[in-house]
Amino acid sequence: MNDEVAPYLPEVEKGLHLIPTQATEHAGQVDHLYFALVGASAIILLMVVGLIAFFGFRYRAGNKTANRSNLPSTRTENRVEIAVLAAMLTVFMGFFAWATTLYLDGYRGPEPAMTIDVVGKQWMWKIQHPDGTREINALHVPVDEVIQLRVTSQDVIHSFFVPAFRIKRDVVPGTEKTAWFRATEPGEYRLFCAEYCGSFHSRMLGKVVVMDRGDYQAWLTRQGSGRTLATAGKQLFEAHGCSGCHMGKSSVRAPSLDGIYGRSVALQSGEVILADEAYIRDSILQPDKHVAAGYEPIMPSFAGQLTEEEILRIVAYIKSLQPGDWVKASVNGNEGESQ
Amino acid sequence: MSEAAANQASESYLSSGWRIRDWLLTTDHKRVAWLYTISITAFFFLGGLAALVIRLELMTPDGDVVSADAYNQLFTIHGVVMVWFFLIPSIPNTLGNFLLPLMVGAKDLAFPKLNLISWYIYTVGGLFTIAAVITSGVDTGWTFYTPYSTQFADRAVVAALTGVFVVGFSSIATGINFIVTTHKMRAPGLTWFRLPLFVWANYATSLVMVLATPVLSATLILLILERMMGIGIFDPALGGDPILFQHLFWFYSHPAVYIMILPGMGVVSELITCFSRKTVFGYHGMALSILAISVFGFLVWGHHMFVSGQSLYAGLMFSLFSFFVALPSAIKTFNWTATLYKGKLIFSAVMIYALSFVGLFTIGGFTGIFLASLAVDVHVHDTYFVVAHFHYIMVGSMVTAYIGGLHFWWPKMTGRMYPELWAKVAALALFIGFNLTFFPQYLMGYAGMPRRYQTYPEDFQILHVMSSLGAGVLAIGYLLPLVYLLWSLRWGKRAPPNPWRAAGLEWRTDSPPPKHNFLEPQTVTGPPYDYDTIDNK
Ligand code: HEC
Ligand code: HEM
Ligand SMILES: [Cu+2]
Ligand SMILES: [Cu+2]
Repeated sequence: MNDEVAPYLPEVEKGLHLIPTQATEHAGQVDHLYFALVGASAIILLMVVGLIAFFGFRYRAGNKTANRSNLPSTRTENRVEIAVLAAMLTVFMGFFAWATTLYLDGYRGPEPAMTIDVVGKQWMWKIQHPDGTREINALHVPVDEVIQLRVTSQDVIHSFFVPAFRIKRDVVPGTEKTAWFRATEPGEYRLFCAEYCGSFHSRMLGKVVVMDRGDYQAWLTRQGSGRTLATAGKQLFEAHGCSGCHMGKSSVRAPSLDGIYGRSVALQSGEVILADEAYIRDSILQPDKHVAAGYEPIMPSFAGQLTEEEILRIVAYIKSLQPGDWVKASVNGNEGESQ
Repeated sequence: MSEAAANQASESYLSSGWRIRDWLLTTDHKRVAWLYTISITAFFFLGGLAALVIRLELMTPDGDVVSADAYNQLFTIHGVVMVWFFLIPSIPNTLGNFLLPLMVGAKDLAFPKLNLISWYIYTVGGLFTIAAVITSGVDTGWTFYTPYSTQFADRAVVAALTGVFVVGFSSIATGINFIVTTHKMRAPGLTWFRLPLFVWANYATSLVMVLATPVLSATLILLILERMMGIGIFDPALGGDPILFQHLFWFYSHPAVYIMILPGMGVVSELITCFSRKTVFGYHGMALSILAISVFGFLVWGHHMFVSGQSLYAGLMFSLFSFFVALPSAIKTFNWTATLYKGKLIFSAVMIYALSFVGLFTIGGFTGIFLASLAVDVHVHDTYFVVAHFHYIMVGSMVTAYIGGLHFWWPKMTGRMYPELWAKVAALALFIGFNLTFFPQYLMGYAGMPRRYQTYPEDFQILHVMSSLGAGVLAIGYLLPLVYLLWSLRWGKRAPPNPWRAAGLEWRTDSPPPKHNFLEPQTVTGPPYDYDTIDNK
């Protein structure tokens, strides 16, 4: 991984946005509460600073004419204190009730239209849609639907944070938590990991892509046909001789590809890189660009030999492989078979 | 008394005994206070150095100054050093050590040897922890959250935890010493409600230290057990519960934040009354709020875990109590302001420090209310908003109070005056630098900038640059006093016993005080802060 900000964050308009985009109704409600808090504290701060300035001027030691007699008695002091206490308590309880209502809303959502699984892992987000479609560091969802997330972690605690939705949920290993939102604006929004999780915490980024319902369906079919694509991809994988090297049928040593999608791969150069779609694609077209650690750079480039369509299919096939698929297949004596 | 004996008794605690062992084996609370002052100053500048590198890295969105791991180690060093080796011991062990016996009219603390031992424990434990953190690169942050700290951060976590564990004993020793001294060694006539608020604050702090620190120690031991022997306590892979660690950690660490602020509140009450030339507004209310804060402080730890998945109803209660804990703080702020009413205000450097405290504490406290408001906290938790909140309180308020107090009692501690003009410049640099550094962090926090990020999206850069520049100004505000205070030790004007015409027993004796503090036993006949009588004498 290099020192630049990882490329997964969506572009946002340049310039400073003190209030993040409001992409849910909840976001707007939280902002109202925030503005009320800012207003109340500004008033009180101004009162404190104003009083200090006023007293400071009026009662400066050099001012001999100020009236300093008749200091308040202890009784008066107590009364004033109680009045201040009561006033603050009232304001505070108002904020407490308001904030709590919103918080409970944020937890107890309406009936969800779909539930999407989110798994945090050092240092990436793995998403699985109800139909089995998988993606990394991106979450595609339809607009105006109640989406429930089921979040967990594979290693340490992370936190799923989408500022535009004003939601955040810790992702804790060994437990499953839920969160929900209903996005009201199509667009791309930032996804951060908010709980410190080790070396590349600040690169654990992604985006939430909110799409019109039609676009979302189209996206799903493109991905989801995942399955048919993968079958076609498997044939190409064998036909072009990939399996010869990668499935250990010849004497050449090449890395096994089952479960590679979404894994962190150590490279010869010492870098560690996330095996996403782009990486797999690069490996096929420019194998010398990233050479896996411990292997000779003998893989030929397939640039020009495979059409764009064919590459998509092969990538879909590799994506569909789960860790251990190939081992299982060979144990069953049914080499290369995958579901 | 023979004349020679009388001379010896009136000799200042600094005038003889300058062999190394006269200092390293001293049991004089005033000298131990100096030992502590030197140690915590060293730690403060070490932690500050780490902060400067962090701010330098954050000038640009990419990671271009240090590596990702080095960045994480830097904020770990910064947090661990500042919290455990600077803030917690700061006021109690320096000003408190020096002044508590003087303020109650005693010869020394109740257990002078324990006091010296606590310094050794603290310094050795501190150096050991720093060595562990630096040589093997602990990168867990000061919070040591599991399972990262037990399973993944495969560096000298155990050594660092052991160091922090050991240092805990020094807090407990100090706490016990202060509690016993306050109960048993007050001068005749010095009833509880005649105690200066500084004593009240240190007393309450000590109670919290003695009650909360053992929980931290137990937690650290559990963590060490899990890491070394693989006993599943916090790690889900071993059948443990990672959230349990957070409960235990914050059960100590929230009260600990009050260990850090209460003494500062005590200091500021002394400073404001002196430079307003009148008694504090609502003395009883002030003393009771200190106690209320230390009690309620134990009931709010869960407000650090609103998004961790603790039960919703637990979250509600923790939110409610967090609002309650802010009430006594609000009363105190109001009372400091009201103390100015009908005073004779003198805007000395010390007063500027004290008033800066009031302003910064108001902002820090009010943003605490933002964080106690559940729905807002969900958004800003673990962002720079939280970072700004606690720096406003711990740095903006507490460190300012500490430095203000150091100036106020400097003539008493050293027998020298510092240059007032320079002190004013430093106080203003601190106020401006501080706000420039930390106010932008509130803004970027709400805008969605997570904390503990080495790299960040470009649109936050402008705020980060402001913050880094502010840190430069702030550094000047801290370095200036270091220079002119040291300068004053040799070239400063000699201080009279009571240069500020302040109330309080510590001002009745010489500057610097004799070895046994007072030549005659002291008695107290009236309330504290009786500036009317002093000024009309
Ligand atoms: C001559 C043997 C050979 C053939 C044929 C071959 N590869 Fe490779 N492949 C390798 C070797 C060796 C590596 C590891 C070195 C490297 O990364 O360049 C590799 C690496 C890869 C990687 C990256 C794996 C990782 O762990 O980072 C992918 C993906 C990949 N190949 C896909 C393919 C596909 C798809 C085909 C068929 C179109 C193919 N390979 C054909 C030998 C081969
Ligand atoms: C006035 C009353 C206060 C209230 C209501 C309050 C509230 C809060 C809340 C709710 C949080 C958790 C925020 C989050 O992580 O999401 C928090 C964090 C924090 N507060 Fe306060 N606070 C108050 C005063 C103080 C004081 C006096 C101090 C210190 C002297 C302090 C120091 C801290 C620290 C250190 C943290 C964060 C620690 C971390 O996560 O690393 N707070 N506060
Ligand atoms: Cu993470
Ligand atoms: Cu707290």
